[in-house]
Amino acid sequence: MSAETLPYTVHPHPITGVYSGKLGTWLFLASEVMLFGALFSSYVLLRVSAAHWPGHDETHLSVPIGTFNTLVLIVSSVTMVMAWASLKMNEFAKARWYLAATVVLALVFLLVKLFFEYMPKWEHGHRPGFSSFFALYYTLTGLHALHIIGGIIVITYFLLPGSALWKKDPEYYTNRIECTGLYWHFVDLVWIFLFPVLYLM
Amino acid sequence: MTAEHHGQHGHHELGWWRKYVFSTDHKVIGVQYAVTALFFLFFGFCLMMIMRWQLAYPGRPLPLIGGLFGEANMPGGIMLPEFYNSLGAMHGTIMVFLGVVPMVVGGFGNYVMPLQIGAPDMSFPKLNMVSYWVYFVGGVVMLTSFFVPGGAANSGWTSYAPLSVIATMGQTMWLLGMVFLITSSLLGSVNFIVTIIQLRAKGLTMFRLPFFVWAQFVTAFLLLLAFPPLEAAAVLQLMDRVAGTSFFIPAGLVVSGQVLPTDNLPQTGGGNPLLWQHLFWFLAHPEVYVLILPGMGIVTEVIANNTRKPVWGYRTMVYALVFLGFMSFIVWAHHMFITGMGTTLSAFFATTTMIISIPSVVILTALLITLHRASIRFTTPMLFALAFLPMFAVGGLTGLPLGLPAADIPLHDTYYVIAHFHYVVAPGTIFAIFAGIYYWFPKVTGRTFDPFLGKIHFWLSLVFINIVFAPMFWVGMAGVSRRLYDQTVYAHGLAVQPAVELSSWAAWLLGLAQIPFIINFFMSIRKGRTVSDNPWEGTTLEWVAPSPPPHGNFASVPVVYRGPYEYSVPGSAREFFPQNVVAEA
Repeated sequence: MSAETLPYTVHPHPITGVYSGKLGTWLFLASEVMLFGALFSSYVLLRVSAAHWPGHDETHLSVPIGTFNTLVLIVSSVTMVMAWASLKMNEFAKARWYLAATVVLALVFLLVKLFFEYMPKWEHGHRPGFSSFFALYYTLTGLHALHIIGGIIVITYFLLPGSALWKKDPEYYTNRIECTGLYWHFVDLVWIFLFPVLYLM
Repeated sequence: MTAEHHGQHGHHELGWWRKYVFSTDHKVIGVQYAVTALFFLFFGFCLMMIMRWQLAYPGRPLPLIGGLFGEANMPGGIMLPEFYNSLGAMHGTIMVFLGVVPMVVGGFGNYVMPLQIGAPDMSFPKLNMVSYWVYFVGGVVMLTSFFVPGGAANSGWTSYAPLSVIATMGQTMWLLGMVFLITSSLLGSVNFIVTIIQLRAKGLTMFRLPFFVWAQFVTAFLLLLAFPPLEAAAVLQLMDRVAGTSFFIPAGLVVSGQVLPTDNLPQTGGGNPLLWQHLFWFLAHPEVYVLILPGMGIVTEVIANNTRKPVWGYRTMVYALVFLGFMSFIVWAHHMFITGMGTTLSAFFATTTMIISIPSVVILTALLITLHRASIRFTTPMLFALAFLPMFAVGGLTGLPLGLPAADIPLHDTYYVIAHFHYVVAPGTIFAIFAGIYYWFPKVTGRTFDPFLGKIHFWLSLVFINIVFAPMFWVGMAGVSRRLYDQTVYAHGLAVQPAVELSSWAAWLLGLAQIPFIINFFMSIRKGRTVSDNPWEGTTLEWVAPSPPPHGNFASVPVVYRGPYEYSVPGSAREFFPQNVVAEA
């Protein structure tokens, strides 16, 4: 049984009001909330039980760079929504530009993270083993970066080989971009929590 | 869905690889899960049978096969303590994560649930295939860990820090394997929930669902929401082991008389070993219900079918089930009473633990009342289902003292605990698994098994499994710790040694008692009598489909008109009504 012959792959279920992929994406995001929730809880526990927690002057995390990256991700969420909206209005060419812009912004985020944050910190001796703060910093932002990479792979797939689906079944393709967008906004949202927790508090 | 796609459907033959190996058909995937899980169950059982030799006859060389395990593990056939620890840790891990859960959820859930809701397949067939193969890779990683330096993980199936953080390389393999298994479960649970919500046949409302489907539904939510924290914990422990962090290593930890050198840090005061326990049990307590709820689902199907009665209090059972699922998220720290986490927390978790026993008893009582005044058919699956009830009751009720801090303190980590949860999982869930195998065997293969061999299998298993576990209550109350490599070095352990020896012999005989099952299984697949689509005269939708069901399951899309268990309806000419029979005018 291929996916196309199952009911509610493309059209919403009359009672639940959603197609299966969207429901599945929301459930997946619920489990992601539990994943990051457990990590944030670990952060809280380690911080409150620590004799001393390094302040901003000791961690040397750059708020301007963090702010810049936050803005990059927020803009990428906007371009992701615009891609979906363009597809809804049947403007495929425009949607591809927006998807490409999302990928570029995601890459900007990763490169900034790597070259302006991880590498200087690493050379300065602030490695994961340096303190509980940096252990959490690298684990949380690293897992988040893996999610960004996952998003880049998925969006690039729909931008290039996956876009053949648009010609066969535009509505199905639009749905898949919508689900990708839900995931992308979630990854963005995780950063919105990470930024104040690691850089500002 | 376009016309073009309709044209493609159903008429082209898939190649052998796509049909039997990388299949997206939920039935093939269900069988793949079940066969792989049965292999792991048998393998995990073998690990334990080897351990039982060391427990019964400490320091004596293992006869016959003792030379096979290599000088590094068993020099001269005598088991080393490290190898014993590996066997113990891997027995637990394999039984729980590679055996029982993939069997009851991946196997039975995948095969039976879509049939029972009248669906052509799972919502995401490709994802379903990926779930199986990710599980398979996780299993391979776990098995290969036996061959790395230092052997497989040896810090218990709970992998408590800080012991696990300083353990040999097998622990890293364990963590990697767990990441695969957790990912597989997550993908599977999303698929199950979406399928049950979206793909039920017309007329099949939530309160017309067979209880088995309800059990799978609640189980999927437990997997979805409880597993990610363990994934987080596994990532943190991996970081501790490979990246030099110390999430779980306290500052100034002394190992073999020396302070463990961590890069860490006067700055923060180091890590917290209790954090691992909290994250682990936040998964592992709901996991206990993942082990038992599908078993209850199977038993309910078999009991309704063989009592020829509707189950008593169906709705009450469903409400109890949902409540059970919810409560299972707030009882985890009853595994941690002796960690010194404080009396306030202990009181809270003792209270929730007492509360969670109520819905379990409700379900069990409803099933017992169903038996009242029924003319029971004592078929092989029914025997296993009937045995499940008192066995699960023993397991459940002996858990109550463990849920109360005052009683738990002396009993914690003794053989009493082993006896308690094995009564829940072994003669509980494993018996439910056998009930399910015998019950759905005709549906999967289109043939019957041999009932005589089935009954021999049942009676021998029932007797021996009780002789294995019942003495452990006594051994535990005598104070013998569950992790001891050789309990005879202590006077209180030596005193109960005859009971330990008895358990061991019963365990080996229990192993032999599985031979009739294995013979029956393989013989009946090839030579069993072919049967009709509905040999048990069941009411749920899987019996409407052909045996074995073809690709796409049903000849025509079923429409449901009635509840799941309409047996012996008063004033009706028919003895039972399948769910798709139109209501009488």
